[in-house]
Amino acid sequence: MSLRRVNAVVVGGGAGGGIVAKELAEAGLSVVLLERGRWCTPYDDRKDDLRNQRTCVLGNSFGPDEKRNPRVIVDANGREEVVLSNHGAYSNNAACVGGGTLSYGAMAWRFLEKDFRLRSTYGAVSGSTLDDWPISYADLEPYYEKAEWEIGVSGDDSNNIFRAPRRRPLPMPPLPPNREYQILKPAAERLGLHPFDLPMLRNSVPYNGRGACMRCRWCVGFACEVDAKCGTQNTVIPKAIQTGNCELRTECFVKEVLTNARGHATGVAYFDSNGHLQEQPTDLVVVSCAAIESARLLLNSKSRLFPNGLGNRYDWVGRNLQGHAYTGAAGLFEEETYDDLGPGASIALCDFNHGNPGFVGGGLLANEFIRLPYQFARLGGPGIPRWGAAHKDFMRRYYRRSIYIMGPVQEMPVFESRVEVDPKIKDYWGIPVARLSGHRHENDLLGTKFLSSKAELWLKEAGATTTIPFNWISRDGPSGGQHQAGTCRMGNDPQTSVVDKFCRVHDVDNLYVIDGSVHVTNGGFNPVLTIMAIGYYASENLVKNWKGTHGRA
Amino acid sequence: MAFAAAAASGMGVACGRNGTPWRFFSIDEAQTLAAISDQIIPSAQDPGASWAGVVNYIDRQLCGPFQDLQDAYRSGLAAVNQSSQLAYGKKFADVETTQQIELLQRFEQKRAPEAVWQGISSSEFFSMVIDHTMQGYYGDPRHGGNRDAVSWKMLGLPYPPIRGRQAAKTKA
Repeated sequence: MSLRRVNAVVVGGGAGGGIVAKELAEAGLSVVLLERGRWCTPYDDRKDDLRNQRTCVLGNSFGPDEKRNPRVIVDANGREEVVLSNHGAYSNNAACVGGGTLSYGAMAWRFLEKDFRLRSTYGAVSGSTLDDWPISYADLEPYYEKAEWEIGVSGDDSNNIFRAPRRRPLPMPPLPPNREYQILKPAAERLGLHPFDLPMLRNSVPYNGRGACMRCRWCVGFACEVDAKCGTQNTVIPKAIQTGNCELRTECFVKEVLTNARGHATGVAYFDSNGHLQEQPTDLVVVSCAAIESARLLLNSKSRLFPNGLGNRYDWVGRNLQGHAYTGAAGLFEEETYDDLGPGASIALCDFNHGNPGFVGGGLLANEFIRLPYQFARLGGPGIPRWGAAHKDFMRRYYRRSIYIMGPVQEMPVFESRVEVDPKIKDYWGIPVARLSGHRHENDLLGTKFLSSKAELWLKEAGATTTIPFNWISRDGPSGGQHQAGTCRMGNDPQTSVVDKFCRVHDVDNLYVIDGSVHVTNGGFNPVLTIMAIGYYASENLVKNWKGTHGRA
Repeated sequence: MAFAAAAASGMGVACGRNGTPWRFFSIDEAQTLAAISDQIIPSAQDPGASWAGVVNYIDRQLCGPFQDLQDAYRSGLAAVNQSSQLAYGKKFADVETTQQIELLQRFEQKRAPEAVWQGISSSEFFSMVIDHTMQGYYGDPRHGGNRDAVSWKMLGLPYPPIRGRQAAKTKA
């Protein structure tokens, strides 16, 4: 069965796809936005500390469905395991309208200029496919600005001497400081560091017709009950629908991108919310499913012309799976640090993003979101009691007297760290699932060690009597996580990349990948604002070159 | 993963009437688990784990999200009592507090008699019970534990959590 032809199908209503759908619809293209999840609201997950997108011990709240979407993880020793979406190694990013942006922490980072040219800055790195981006910070700057103003960012980076140049300040002021901020700021300054107010995709004042943050403690992992957190589900996607040119279809799982004998994309085949297989004909296809599922969709779109999947002529689809090597430290204090003022994360440093001794890159450091009691109970680490009266005393004494500093260390892309489609395991719809394998680069471990030592230093200067470094990262498995990126690299050479510098797949002229997959490197920052900026940037070029339906297919 | 063996053996028993007030546990199993959880989070100036309903929390989840862990609990709790019988000649719930702690430390350090730990190792089982006890005690009361939000009161967290609505204007 075939549906009425449209100009564009966008697969995935997350950070990238939501923006593309709106930009194309506003330009007059007819758009179908296909999202595998539902349109969720905060009332689908009301402050449940054991069942949300961050702590999934009783399940997740915004998908994907645990049983329907397994993945296969292969560790560095070749041991395979089938994991479900609530397992840590699954690398889950939510499946709902807005994608991760409904329930994220919402840090709104611009990458730095050097983050786009790591290879030129540091030279080649053995064991890594490290390269420069084909575009520069200056190319993306106007689109970062557009994301900040259209989606909405609060904060103040004027004190960040490391920031890249910007033309316009952020549209909203930072939230008033919480107690952690007041403790950490003077400490950083005493150390000669440069603390500033963390940029966040969160209303600090009424903006875009929605209210301000109510400063509750249920932020990262949850949808905002007063809709003050800014995602694509409450900004660009409603706008796209308002144009009258965009139809959002939820609970639709795309099976493959269809191509014709001339190598053009002609449509997508998907299972609709009733489980029926549909074909949606279209003039162009935009894949925005995040790094793991975007790669999986291209690899599952096989035909006589593309026997190894779309864009995969040179075996680059799914390669270079990256995320962030997270690290940091917890500090225990004798004074109270907890004031119950959410979201908690408030102050950041970019002193350690570049120019560190002995390794390439680095990452930001910022204080962490409010720890809910069960999360704090599982802190663990040397010297921390695991159970018994000592553990309970520890909880009573330190829950309100602790600060975590965290940082995402920029990862070195590794060719062997990859997404494939599994030859045996299939999902609920019978589609081969993603198979993640590979290992991290040793540079990631050097970076985490360095950054956690700096986090400890900052905490001690702030008065922590005990610090516990976070040693979470091991080399023995693939990267990924919510910050997944890199699997459809952007580049000028079709033999060493998947899409061109405008996110178009090299050998299919009407197929685009617009999400974190195209990142050559993933910065020492949460990647969402960069994904959004690329969404605006690539859409603008797409619209500019849109010549209508004539001559297609 | 730690519990692969237990998970592989299937879904376990159906939840429902089994001659006990619990969904999954027998009365004896519930008593054993209550005693273990009370060593993980003992009562002091605040109530301990069993008062807070940790057994109810775990019992409920074993008929829901933890269904795959039924066998691990059934065989693990039996092994706890067998270990206790071997060491002290009594069921775990009936021995002295210091002996209970001593036995749990042996589980933690894998010094328990191996022969009685078949389906799951003593340290894996104890780690699992620690984690679930923390969830039941420090997690949201809606899941069957943390009675009267006792742990949140202990930590000084306002409940229900209305701070934000009082502190900020939310009108656009």
